[in-house]
Amino acid sequence: MFLSDLIEETYTSLTSNKVRSILTILGIVIGIASVITMISIGQGSAKDIEDNIQSLGSNLLIVSPGSQRTIGTTVRGGFGSASTLVMEDAEVIESQVSNLNAVAPLISSREQVVVKGENTNTSIYGVTQNYEEVRDIEMEIGFFITEIYVEKKSKVAVLGPTTRDTLFGEGIDPTGEKIKIDGQEYTVIGVTKSKGSSGMNNADDLIYIPISVAKQYITGSESLSSIYIEVSSEKFMEKAEEDVNSLLMERHKIKDEDSVDFSITNQSEVMETMTSVSETMTILLGAIAGISLLVGGIGIMNMMLTTITERTREIGLRKSLGATSSEISNQFLLESISLTFIGGIVGVILGLLASFLVYKFGDTTTVVTINSIVLSCFVSAFIGIVFGYYPAKRASKLNPIEALRYE
Amino acid sequence: MIKCEQIIKIYKRGELETTVLKNISFEIKKGEFVAIIGPSGSGKSTLMNILGTLDKPTQGKYLLNNEDMLNFPDDELAKIRSNKIGFVFQSFNLLPRANVIRNVMLPLIYNNEIKKEQRMSLVEKALISAGLEKERWHNLSSQLSGGQMQRVAIARALVNNPNIILADEPTGNLDSKTGDIVLDTFKKLNKDYGHTIVLITHERYVAEHADRIIELKDGKIISDNVSKIILKDK
Repeated sequence: MFLSDLIEETYTSLTSNKVRSILTILGIVIGIASVITMISIGQGSAKDIEDNIQSLGSNLLIVSPGSQRTIGTTVRGGFGSASTLVMEDAEVIESQVSNLNAVAPLISSREQVVVKGENTNTSIYGVTQNYEEVRDIEMEIGFFITEIYVEKKSKVAVLGPTTRDTLFGEGIDPTGEKIKIDGQEYTVIGVTKSKGSSGMNNADDLIYIPISVAKQYITGSESLSSIYIEVSSEKFMEKAEEDVNSLLMERHKIKDEDSVDFSITNQSEVMETMTSVSETMTILLGAIAGISLLVGGIGIMNMMLTTITERTREIGLRKSLGATSSEISNQFLLESISLTFIGGIVGVILGLLASFLVYKFGDTTTVVTINSIVLSCFVSAFIGIVFGYYPAKRASKLNPIEALRYE
Repeated sequence: MIKCEQIIKIYKRGELETTVLKNISFEIKKGEFVAIIGPSGSGKSTLMNILGTLDKPTQGKYLLNNEDMLNFPDDELAKIRSNKIGFVFQSFNLLPRANVIRNVMLPLIYNNEIKKEQRMSLVEKALISAGLEKERWHNLSSQLSGGQMQRVAIARALVNNPNIILADEPTGNLDSKTGDIVLDTFKKLNKDYGHTIVLITHERYVAEHADRIIELKDGKIISDNVSKIILKDK
């Protein structure tokens, strides 16, 4: 039997029952397409997270109040809610730790904001001028909180774009307008550019005010929510983290590493965590899609077994006309491989299309890698062999006498 | 051409043993037209399977062209079938969705000794020998009448130019008139083209078209008019 004969036989038998062949292929198409789409969404969100974290500003250390570990338990202490960090801590860090670009203390709180009857509940960030640099904030309209405003405790506010949209309407310039936060009136001086949501907190839906004002009118205490520290270079990150740690331990009179009342987060650590989360998500999505691929494969096996039962007499005939067992099994194996191969190709095309549509209309970044295409092609061919092997072997083992007599 | 020496075939089903063929011996020479006749259960189908190398005897020897078929593995037997034996079945066994030419060509695709370019001329030759009208050659086999189908099946059996054609009840599914046409086709193949034909049937009338009749009953040969042939040869 020549290869061209084998291909011709396969073509004839697949086209002789078009509907069934197409339905079987469809199972594989859906499987492959969903694997590609799901993985592209997973990898897209990983890229999103990476970009977002990078947009927060690199070489960033974040000091938060509250202990890492409470002695005797593994429960993480009230992260961000304790009031162990104060303004002075930030000032001491700025003056005593070397290789820092900027230190930005932050007081955050959620408050009711009212503008001419419109009201919303949003985050209020009390910041210094350094915050703009540390978090790479860019302005859409007006300007950010300056040193003078902080010193003079001016009641001015900078809005995030989402907050502006909620309070004033999209695209409107609100500078000079008054807003009321917790009963006090503030003048809007600027709107920041959109940063996109960063997963944990939305950098677009908040209001910045001078930290001195926040201390006086919003929280009424010295305590800080966090201190953002920008280190001048990647290579000083570790040193800076150690210095900040020992400095704060000294200031807070803590001797034991385990009982510190603050925690320092490294930006790259955050990124690692988030990336690993999105990797897990990619695997999960891929696994779900993989199940549908498996179901498609079982569909192939089912169809091949049905075909063999239907064509028992034909198999007997072919054997009596001189077909060897391997010629019979090759024929059926090629049939199932062709089905999965065609399904794989159509699935890849459909998957690419689907992830493009998700990107275009679904507001989600999708990343299709060559790996996922190669992987799914390989998997579909593999499925063809695995799920086609058993039926093909069964066909080749049929006894020609019994097969010819089969009704 | 064919030599059976004391062939015994025993089927085992669990504890039960059935002896289907009991010590069968005969010889068929090249160019003979032999009918094997017997009632159902006489073992003629088993004998046909052994002659066609689809089955192996439990005891005894089956020699085809002086080669003992017992010693060949299955895949080599398949190639022997493809080169030396042509089958004609009672129920035709054509591929319904394939046309006449494809059906006749089927044995050739399992025969690597024949080049692709040679195939069409062999198919044409076989169809002409089997006497199928040229207008039917491109029809699907499911569109043919019973007699036409059997002639396609005969052409398929001929296409590899086999040493022997084995026909198992070839007229069993046909009415007597088309049956006669098919039997005449066999006769013609034997007389005009010199093919060796073994016809298996349970009908005396069908068997009488052959030159020699081997009669089976309960797994034994009860009569064989081999003398008639030998006389004719002289």
